[in-house]
Amino acid sequence: MIESPWEYAPAPESRDIANLKPSYQMFVDGEFVDGGGEPLKSVNPATEEVLAEVASADESDVDKAVRAARRAFDDTWSTMPGTERAKYLFRIARLVQERGRELAVLETLDNGKPIKESRDADIPTAAAHFFHHAGWADKLAHAGYGPDPRPLGVAGQVIPWNFPLLMLAWKIAPALACGNTVVLKPAETTPLSALVFAEICQQAGLPPGVVNILPGAGDVGAALVAHPGIDKVAFTGSTEVGKQIQRTVAGSGKKLTLELGGKAANIVFDDAPLDQAVEGIVNGIFFNQGHVCCAGSRLLVQESIAEELLEKLRARVRTLRVGDPLDKNTDVGAINSAEQLAKITELADSGDAEGAQRWTSPCPLPDRGFFFAPTVFSGVHQSMRIAREEIFGPVLSVLTFRTPAEAIAKANNTPYGLSAGIWTEKGSRILWAAQQLRAGVVWANTFNRFDPTAPFGGYQESGFGREGGRSGLEAYLDV
Amino acid sequence: MSDTRTPERLAVAKTYKLYIGGKFPRSESGRVYPVHSAEGKFLANAAHASRKDVRDAVAAARKAFPGWAGATAYNRGQVLFRIAEVMEGRREQFATEVAAAEGLHRKQARAVVGAAIDRVVWYAGWTDKIATVLGAANPVAGPYFSFSVPEPTGVVAVLAPQQSSLLGLVSVVAPVLAAGNTCVVVSSAERPLPAVTLSEVLATSDVPGGVVNVLTGRAEELGPWLASHADVNALDPTGAPEDLRAELARAAADTVKRVLPVRGEREPDWTREPDIQRLRAFTEVKTVWHPIGT
Repeated sequence: MIESPWEYAPAPESRDIANLKPSYQMFVDGEFVDGGGEPLKSVNPATEEVLAEVASADESDVDKAVRAARRAFDDTWSTMPGTERAKYLFRIARLVQERGRELAVLETLDNGKPIKESRDADIPTAAAHFFHHAGWADKLAHAGYGPDPRPLGVAGQVIPWNFPLLMLAWKIAPALACGNTVVLKPAETTPLSALVFAEICQQAGLPPGVVNILPGAGDVGAALVAHPGIDKVAFTGSTEVGKQIQRTVAGSGKKLTLELGGKAANIVFDDAPLDQAVEGIVNGIFFNQGHVCCAGSRLLVQESIAEELLEKLRARVRTLRVGDPLDKNTDVGAINSAEQLAKITELADSGDAEGAQRWTSPCPLPDRGFFFAPTVFSGVHQSMRIAREEIFGPVLSVLTFRTPAEAIAKANNTPYGLSAGIWTEKGSRILWAAQQLRAGVVWANTFNRFDPTAPFGGYQESGFGREGGRSGLEAYLDV
Repeated sequence: MSDTRTPERLAVAKTYKLYIGGKFPRSESGRVYPVHSAEGKFLANAAHASRKDVRDAVAAARKAFPGWAGATAYNRGQVLFRIAEVMEGRREQFATEVAAAEGLHRKQARAVVGAAIDRVVWYAGWTDKIATVLGAANPVAGPYFSFSVPEPTGVVAVLAPQQSSLLGLVSVVAPVLAAGNTCVVVSSAERPLPAVTLSEVLATSDVPGGVVNVLTGRAEELGPWLASHADVNALDPTGAPEDLRAELARAAADTVKRVLPVRGEREPDWTREPDIQRLRAFTEVKTVWHPIGT
């Protein structure tokens, strides 16, 4: 820790704002009900305290929810004029905004992400997704999929724990806008904001069954995906599970979209504005504790500036404040679960074993909770596990290159293809590199930008289908 | 004057081969299989492609991909139009083969050939419109220029329709090419001859070698190798039997391959004007962001 008279005093957000309840029920057919599964205990990863007990679904609950969604699809939602559907979505967007502070605190308690990120990124962007898609509901004939594109039916959606409410918005907003009804399974470790979202659906007067939320573990997701009453499956999560889902859905006629893992290359050329690049690198890998599928986890630096850049990078990373996620000054919060912390630790250890040089930020870590100090590996080779496997944590692997062509070859040397970054002042090189990179999202002189109007999604083993923008509607239309 | 009559001319029989990397090799396996007309008359022996031929064809398609994907849309459109021009010159040959393969009357076969050529022309006109129609400038809430462009998916494995030997074939191959992909095509097993003639057209119409690779053989045999091949990015299982499609889709999951959704036992009506579904299916939308500022 840097001894400085200018240390920040703690600026904690009040946890009371979250309106945390001791127990949460699941949401089926417009009502909160108990589940048939063994209840989950949602844990605050920053303190390891149990936040609440959450109902969990069993197979019969999955069946009930799918039936409710089917009834709602047939009776109201698919037959309702688009203009009416739009108004429901606008209502939801507004309610998310109104309850934004509550949702942000709840999300931070449940997930461990810093309050400044849940407050300034997750929740506003979630609201923006509903607002954007609301406008599509009555304009689908103009989306370029024919004069009268039809919804698919009931969508089964499974989302991860890294952006619980935002991923929910990415899934539910386009599904509803296109006239589908949904059964959504939030992640086992972060179900709370989805259940508050269910309250918002009630407040918005959404017809029963249009949105159903079933907390549970992987078995609930598997049952949902395999349910014959589902017409569409949307999944965000690991590539491994994505492959299983693709196998399950094969031959069923269900439409499938997958947003899977990544191992993004963040490429810094020798003419890049270094201070800006350092900010982008930090944002790319330490945003959300690195729990981002499109995180810039492989830094590719041109050899001639590697030393200078690494020095600046370490100096900057040293200033990141790791700790209480509810503190408004915290930059890096808690790792979401003990299991994830173990995975990060194991992969980082493999970096040592394979001969990379580890540098760890000397920041103090809290005594309790799941934390991992920001870590930078240099001297990384392409064959090392830390250069090939998704770590999903605050661990950066640094590789070097000499020529632009080598940078592209190294960047594309992965089965993943979700995102990439380019840092250079040369416009023509940006456009060239963006063209050469096999990745669904390319950030040039910036990183980790998201917007409901901008399609997001991967190449190759990072999955297929897009979310956001006009392209994203295809996933929820029978076209 | 002698009354000995000139003997009737003996036709030059064709030996049919595969089309891989712009060349016409025999199957590595040395196998051939007999092809009969719809009436059961022996027409020829066609090359019976093997797993090794699949691998060679995928390698050729991969090698050709950067050049074809990197060509200008205008250029790709011209090359596709050139295919139609060369096909036009071979209309009679195609009509003869389609008539024999599908048991059509001469007039019907001519109509099918005409429709196939028109189909290529239709897709030739799409190459420089895909980006306009499927791309976008994204009005993001912030000081960034964000745009989305469609790009080819990569190497596409196409199991061509079994019934429609030419119109069906061009209806599935042309969109793959128009979008900038390269492909490995397994022709109709019972009706492969129009596909072989199309290979000859492709070889003489400015299509770079390896952009299209045509294997005559059985979708049931070759499909699983293509579906599981790690260097194939997408699969069109149209010509696979319905009960095999699920198996192919499962094999494709190991590499998260894009699989065109194909439903039902019957082939689509290829005479209907297509929409852009096949162009979209083999296209990736890439979104690029850059800050705006002074």
